[in-house]
Amino acid sequence: MTLARQSARWRPSELLLPTPAGLFCPPADIYIDPVRPVARALITHGHSDHARAGHGAVLATRETLAIMALRYGEGFSRAQQAVVPGEVIRIGEVDFRFVPAGHVLGSAQIVVESRGLRIVVSGDYKRERDPTCATFEPVPCDIFITEATFGLPVFRHPPAAGEVGKLLESVRLFPERTHIVGAYSLGKAQRVMALIREAGYERPIHIHGAVEKITAFYQAEGVPLGEIHMVAGADRKVLGGEIVICPPSATQDLWARRFPDPVTAFASGWMRIRARARQKGVELPLVISDHADWDDLLATIREVQAGEIWVTHGEADALVHWCGTAGLKARPLHLVGYGDEGEAEDAGEVADAAV
Amino acid sequence: MNRFAWLLDRLAYEPRRNAKLALIVDYLRSTPDPDRGYALAAMTGGLVFRNAKAGLIRALIAERTDPVLFALSYDYVGDLSETVALMWPARHGANAVPHLPEVVQSLREAGKTDLPRLVASWLDALDETGRWALLKLITGALRIGVSSRLAKTAAASLGGVAVDEVEQVWHGLEPPYAELFAWLEGKSPRPEARDPAPFRPVMLSHAIEDGDFDKLDPAEFSAEWKWDGIRVQVASGLRADGSRLTRLYSRTGEDIAVAFPDLVEELTQDGALDGELLVMRESAVQSFNTLQQRLNRKTVTPKMLGEFPAHIRVYDLLVDGDEDIRHLPFEERRERLEAFLSRLASVRFDLSPVIPFQTWEELAAARADPAAAGAGADAEAVEGCMIKRLDSPYLAGRPKGYWWKWKRDARLVDCVLMYAQRGHGKRSSFYSDYTFGVWRSGEGGEELVPVGKAYFGFTDEELLEIDKYVRKNTVNRFGPVREVTHDAGSGLVFEVAFEGLQRSTRHKSGLAMRFPRINRIRWDKPPREADRIETLEAMLPTNG
Repeated sequence: MTLARQSARWRPSELLLPTPAGLFCPPADIYIDPVRPVARALITHGHSDHARAGHGAVLATRETLAIMALRYGEGFSRAQQAVVPGEVIRIGEVDFRFVPAGHVLGSAQIVVESRGLRIVVSGDYKRERDPTCATFEPVPCDIFITEATFGLPVFRHPPAAGEVGKLLESVRLFPERTHIVGAYSLGKAQRVMALIREAGYERPIHIHGAVEKITAFYQAEGVPLGEIHMVAGADRKVLGGEIVICPPSATQDLWARRFPDPVTAFASGWMRIRARARQKGVELPLVISDHADWDDLLATIREVQAGEIWVTHGEADALVHWCGTAGLKARPLHLVGYGDEGEAEDAGEVADAAV
Repeated sequence: MNRFAWLLDRLAYEPRRNAKLALIVDYLRSTPDPDRGYALAAMTGGLVFRNAKAGLIRALIAERTDPVLFALSYDYVGDLSETVALMWPARHGANAVPHLPEVVQSLREAGKTDLPRLVASWLDALDETGRWALLKLITGALRIGVSSRLAKTAAASLGGVAVDEVEQVWHGLEPPYAELFAWLEGKSPRPEARDPAPFRPVMLSHAIEDGDFDKLDPAEFSAEWKWDGIRVQVASGLRADGSRLTRLYSRTGEDIAVAFPDLVEELTQDGALDGELLVMRESAVQSFNTLQQRLNRKTVTPKMLGEFPAHIRVYDLLVDGDEDIRHLPFEERRERLEAFLSRLASVRFDLSPVIPFQTWEELAAARADPAAAGAGADAEAVEGCMIKRLDSPYLAGRPKGYWWKWKRDARLVDCVLMYAQRGHGKRSSFYSDYTFGVWRSGEGGEELVPVGKAYFGFTDEELLEIDKYVRKNTVNRFGPVREVTHDAGSGLVFEVAFEGLQRSTRHKSGLAMRFPRINRIRWDKPPREADRIETLEAMLPTNG
């Protein structure tokens, strides 16, 4: 009975298994977010640790493909195919479906389903409202593959609006000082701008050259960010009292020191830890993250009702331990190349655009 | 409590000294008594709560969190107070936010049985920043980059007086320092300095560079050995009732007299001396390793007093009888000191000898071979020379142009990184503490044996590089420690500098380094070319 054998349920590792190149799906012969060049890749979102150049064929959301093209050039892979969230793509006998992950514009979870086994690869995700991208949708599944960037109970992100309130309060207190906000150039920077607008701030926001392309793309996609000025052309000396957004590494550069008596802020989930803020010379830490915090990781795991949890990267030990105490089967995948504790931001892009 | 927490929070993130100062001044100006006095006490280390300890906090959090999650979090954050502040299950609005004086008084008065409930109720009422500040206050280690002196400087500026004036009256005062603030704000006269043995801020030296000698005339200077001990100040005077009070201070003004009764009882004259704390046996200075047996102790046994007799090698006199002579030139103070010590006639206090020299070359020769230049059997405890201008007054802090230290050249050895551990505080989450080893012949062939541990000597950029290297080359994990690849062909070589070497039974290698630090990172050097244990053994002092 060949047929019966073929349709026997997969063992999980037959459908998806961790390899040094990334998560691999043998029946479809395709990788998810591979860290090395492969023939065929599915990409969850445009951050450089997940979306790399040099693959054969790439399948991703339209926004993610556009972001990759902005960062690596149009020829970042041999072939590209855009997928609409919700649409089912069948490769071999495996169905793939992209579902919003709420991380950055275009970010998606990938639902991998075959022979009645459903695995959700969540990629990077968050649950907090974000005016710049579609909200995370929980998908019930057998196996949920989660990140754990902030997988420790010390990480509880406060509401982002309150953090932006701190920034605006400081701008009011120090009207002669430039407020330089370090924010990852894809996603965080635009989210901070959108939140600043939601808080009613109407002055132009100034940006570093490294943030320009992605910001223009967000605006073209219909995200209202108000009036944005490039810092490059402006005389930095007259930017006292203004808000400047730049990649995190630029806050420590000579570039930042040319502003009048700058206040250094940094928008990141890491800012919850004082030592982290001090290491970076941050005076105004803003706890704003595009990753789920501890409570949201646990809530999501409960919500998707998976029998088994795989943890890709971050503080896997603590999350796996918690799953054990909650009676859930869980294991760390020890995937390398992602986040490097969540602070991956290619220095190259800053160097390219530094002016 | 919220305002105090806000101050600590701002200070913790403010890197600039002057901005910190402005924050504290502003707080002290705009906050009423007694709140500001308790805040000042917290910043100057003046609040000690006998029953409130880190253990209490650990117990409270243990009742509320999973022990594994707590351990992982603590390892990550690297600071107990902060970990607990972040993990504490919030119950906003549970209670009224407590006031600082109420917290301080309760912490002082509450018994061991009441404290846990009390502290828990405050933690429930406070937000993350408030919890953090409260826990910092309880554990006593603020670690916000504010020294006791900076806090006093802020207080002094309320009254437009020099910080040394505050320092003069300080030891007679108690928190919440109402008298001090009243004086500084011109509402009452200067409080009397009732302390007969107050601390005087010490004078520090600059490291001398080769080029400096060309600008200095040797005839204007005096030189002494720089001893490898602990800098101390000992002050003595009579209380109002005629009894003698003698205090032994560390260089930062911490009173450590209780661990050194053998010294305290010997000073029977009024005055204040500056010198080096050493252990001496049969009039020979012992190694720093030996001295360490007497350090950081709250009590001392008669056995220890017999085995590790403490001495002070005195090099300056600040107060002679009741006369403050800090304004006199060094030469005159030295004469007064000689007379003071000969009157005292105690074997516990001796004079730091002067090194005779006419030219800087002669002094360089003495520094290179202290044993032949008069240090004799004590030469192993010499770590260089002190050079002092004959006309220098005794000034607080590190004034330019008076005193220099000229250390002996550090010794260098190439070692292989073996283990790395996450740092604490500013370096939490970075692998910044390194254990390194050298080669020796073992039973199974060539092997590395650990010879030391260092956590400084590299720049922040180098730390990032090493941290990355550690993460990429981990072969084993033991909690916060990672074993890093170390074999003949692959591994990371450090050029380690150190000041001295001792035999040690506590270390596998039989050796212990003094002040090891990473001098250079030898990315270029294969581990097989690192040094061997024999190289280190040859550097051991001959008398062990």
